Amino acid sequence: MSEDVYIIGAGETKFGELWERSLRELAVEAGLKAVENAGVYSKDIQVLYGSNSLAGTINAQNDIGSLIADFSGIASNHIPAIRIEASSASGAAAVREAYLAIKSGEYDCVMVGAVEKMTDLYGPEMLDHVSTLLDREWEAFFGATPAAMAALTARKYMHDFNVEKENIMAIPISDHRNASMNPDAHFRNKLTMETAMGATMISEPLNMMDCAPMSDGAAALVIASGSFMKRNRLNGVRILSSGISQDFLALHSRNSIYTMDSTVLAARQAMEKAGLKHKDMSFLEIHDSYSIYGITAIEDLGFAKKGKAAEVIQSGIDINSALPINPSGGLKAKGYPIGAAGVSQFVEAVLQLTEKAGQRQIKDARYGMMHSIAGTGSTSLVHIVGGE
Amino acid sequence: MGKLSSVWREADHRYRLVAHKCGNCGRVYFPPRDICPVCHRDSIGKMTEQELAGTGSIVSYTVVHDAPMAFSRQKPYIIALIELDEGPVITGQIVDSDPSEVDFGKRVHSVFRRIREDGKGGIIEYGYKFVVD
Repeated sequence: MSEDVYIIGAGETKFGELWERSLRELAVEAGLKAVENAGVYSKDIQVLYGSNSLAGTINAQNDIGSLIADFSGIASNHIPAIRIEASSASGAAAVREAYLAIKSGEYDCVMVGAVEKMTDLYGPEMLDHVSTLLDREWEAFFGATPAAMAALTARKYMHDFNVEKENIMAIPISDHRNASMNPDAHFRNKLTMETAMGATMISEPLNMMDCAPMSDGAAALVIASGSFMKRNRLNGVRILSSGISQDFLALHSRNSIYTMDSTVLAARQAMEKAGLKHKDMSFLEIHDSYSIYGITAIEDLGFAKKGKAAEVIQSGIDINSALPINPSGGLKAKGYPIGAAGVSQFVEAVLQLTEKAGQRQIKDARYGMMHSIAGTGSTSLVHIVGGE
Repeated sequence: MGKLSSVWREADHRYRLVAHKCGNCGRVYFPPRDICPVCHRDSIGKMTEQELAGTGSIVSYTVVHDAPMAFSRQKPYIIALIELDEGPVITGQIVDSDPSEVDFGKRVHSVFRRIREDGKGGIIEYGYKFVVD
């Protein structure tokens, strides 16, 4: 019988353009907050999984696991500290590794530290680095960017299902509304449909308000076994299940350009393992790096039939609705530090499930679903948290 | 970004659209693959080269306004998914075409063009782009 797994501590930095903060400072701040929140000491941490996507190119720094351990002051504890990388799904992948490490019985108390420092570069130069999320030789080589690939999906989706751009833009608008109540969010301004629709074009039909920003930020979790938690009289939020699936790296090789098979399969695994139904979910945190991916996520996670996400949105996705989506503000408005975004979704889940989400608190929140994708959907992870 | 050895390594595929065909199931792959994702080990040693005609139709398209450094002089430019007549879907630019002609299902053919340059005096990389018929 494997151990139950709990998040016993969570912490994050503010997200945004944090010019005065370095990669390591951000990572350490989030890590200390998580350890403090957990009520454990650094000597309790048996392994550290560092999550990061682009430091190797943006900041010319690799070995992020050692970096985080070192500047968190635990280098002399000599625990394993390695980096987990799955592009924009790095954070969720690191949480999964922590979950498995405890499930295996090998470890009792694991740290996940996720960080991305993006604003050390900007503009066209940054686009070269962000485009490494794609297939460099056969997509990015020809001038494709992540936004362009999302735009190809959006254009075809709108055409095949007769969907208006406003239906897609409803996701960023909802994100901004929620982020206005989140002090850690990159953007706290509310967004009107008129402003959103009139924003600078990025890759038609997607404009700047369809695209998550390049944010600096870090998030960290302390994850422990049920027995460790009880032994030390601590509290936690349970990770009920973890689903993961893979697909072709390049969009052009996949079965569909608007169904992410990896998300469909990861969601199915997570739901089956948790033994729950879609209607049991109190909220979702979805990977809306581009607005269209929010739409396809609602469908691929099983909350709407293909082409019908707009109906779910129309029936309400705000924090008081039957299916709140991205109470944190999502990738669009809370922010998108690429390798840290997945972990920050869990920080939100902990706040919601322990009734500490303040203004944006969802009433009677019981179960949350966390969704993360790599690039255009080459890897998807779905986690379900909550319950007793 | 472009380094000489990788430019040289991929030249055949990028210049002449050389694909790999699985000798077991007959499926054609571009970019070329050493293992057929359908036949797996049954395809080992049976992948042969096949030059593609470069004709196909548009699956989806976008006009890119926010471009990486090597493409900033080309913007705005059209990126499309093209379904080639031999089966593979590939990503590439559509050029020398009236934008109003670019639409779902439109027939295109490949042309040999300059793709990107690595700054002033850097390597110039060539490959395929597409033109509406």
